[in-house]
Amino acid sequence: MLDALTVATSVAALALAVWCGWAAYRDQPTKDWHFIGMGVVTLLTVVQLVVGIVQLARGEKPEQGTTIFVAYLLGALACVPVTGFMSLTERTRWGSVTVAAGGVVLAVLEVRLYDIWGG
Amino acid sequence: MATTDRPTERSRLISGPGTLLVWLYGVMVVGAVSRSAVQISTEFGHAPLAYSLSAVAGVVYGFITYSLVRGGERARRAALACCIGELVGVLVVGTWTLVEPSAFPDSTVWSDYGVGYLFIPVLLPVSAIYWLRKARSPKGEVG
Repeated sequence: MLDALTVATSVAALALAVWCGWAAYRDQPTKDWHFIGMGVVTLLTVVQLVVGIVQLARGEKPEQGTTIFVAYLLGALACVPVTGFMSLTERTRWGSVTVAAGGVVLAVLEVRLYDIWGG
Repeated sequence: MATTDRPTERSRLISGPGTLLVWLYGVMVVGAVSRSAVQISTEFGHAPLAYSLSAVAGVVYGFITYSLVRGGERARRAALACCIGELVGVLVVGTWTLVEPSAFPDSTVWSDYGVGYLFIPVLLPVSAIYWLRKARSPKGEVG
């Protein structure tokens, strides 16, 4: 369950990165549709956090330690919303680039999460 | 020199490409600081040098992020100096880890020029130095 979510989240994050990268390439700021996309990706990370905590509560142990696992879950959750707000203050193509970078960072965090859980 | 009396508006360093830089530096702050905090509190004896270097890197990243957000000519110069220090740090530590791996039982943020972080640690100071030099205020010498 958690592994499937991790894969889904990283794919969604990369899709968001490409989408916002395309907007930046066309010299456009982030728009309503992009924010809906960010919302979808953020929702996935929320579900992931909940599922992760439920798994921990059930007594399952991440391979590389609970602290690091929870820290990465929280980091993954914060990642895209933070870049979303930054793109609200920077209404140029560079706001879009920042969200794209946020998507890439989230995908990297998901790979690390996969390792930490011991997939 | 009448202009010095007036509170000069701080030049913004986080517009345009600066936004991206702040985001990446912010990520590196969280990454380096939390990593070294966990490692120092749980297994400091294992690789004290590596963990201390990660902590130092985290502090440097934190200062640069703060300077970028604060803006202004003094902050710009301080950030520029730190970026140069950061670049030197990455190059020295990167070379050090390659030449003498035995000194580093565990890796740092700057090991092998930051390969574990997609080479962001070595690319970031270069692009930041470029951006900060470009963002120099047109008036030039302002304390």
